[in-house]
Amino acid sequence: MTAKELLFWMFALVACGGSIAVVVSQNIVRMAFYLIMALGSVAALFFLLNADFVAATQLLIYVGGTVVLLVFGVMLTASGPYLKIKTSPADGVLGAGVGVLFLAMILATVYRVDWGNTATRAGAGIAAYDASIASNYPPEGNTARPLGWALLGVRPDKDLGSLTGELSTGYLLVFEIASVHLLVVLIGAAYLARAKRRIDADANEKGTG
Amino acid sequence: MGAIGLKHYLVVGAVMFVCGVVCMATKRNGIGVLMGVELVLNGANINFVAFSQYTALQLDGQVMALFVIVLAAAEAAIALAIALNFYNNHLTIDVDRGDELQG
Repeated sequence: MTAKELLFWMFALVACGGSIAVVVSQNIVRMAFYLIMALGSVAALFFLLNADFVAATQLLIYVGGTVVLLVFGVMLTASGPYLKIKTSPADGVLGAGVGVLFLAMILATVYRVDWGNTATRAGAGIAAYDASIASNYPPEGNTARPLGWALLGVRPDKDLGSLTGELSTGYLLVFEIASVHLLVVLIGAAYLARAKRRIDADANEKGTG
Repeated sequence: MGAIGLKHYLVVGAVMFVCGVVCMATKRNGIGVLMGVELVLNGANINFVAFSQYTALQLDGQVMALFVIVLAAAEAAIALAIALNFYNNHLTIDVDRGDELQG
């Protein structure tokens, strides 16, 4: 067993165990901790998949941002008796049963598909295309620059040495939409978080005036 | 055991996805439901990045994973603001109490 396989099994185990612990645990603070473990292991799995930029983004935004946001939510809402809101045992058994059936369905699907042939069956000339990719795009990590090009609408990793002569499309429009989307979310979140206080102020003015 | 291939990553992604779905369905704490959403999106992300490594999807899978991460962050911010509003109105985060919109 090579070091890479050992790392994969370790992080896969932590990711799966952390997710199961999130479901099983009833204490919201412990759930947040298990979620951090699971998401951190997912970032490690991304590193093992040679996706270094996505893994770093996962660590920065998910583990460093989103989970901290959730922990703030826990701090603001988990007061006294509401720290533990227990799932009723009947719901838990039902959920576990449906979950096991769902997992069995997905795993049966994964193991029935012959993934080795999908790349060659996906379209004509993909084997030759893969060969041209392998000649000028090393697959081992270092993805930040190709990702940046793709987000700017340029795909030198696909177009250089392309056999078809057609240019690939990039993701400039999606990138711009995501930027505007983040701005809208920023304004919306600020508005939603402030709405209650504003209504209270209106009520007070009406009450006094 | 054998060499690590696409299937191993798909299995990990499937386990995380199912855990997230069960978490969303059974948790009564609103923040717990949000954690289930994060698990679901991460399971999908593992699939995207695994496909980008092992199939002809190449870099496009990683770009999709990046957009999923961005959308998940935005979703968490909005959902947390809604959860805080819910807590302000009901003095609890128990989602079973949010049953006023019947009709």
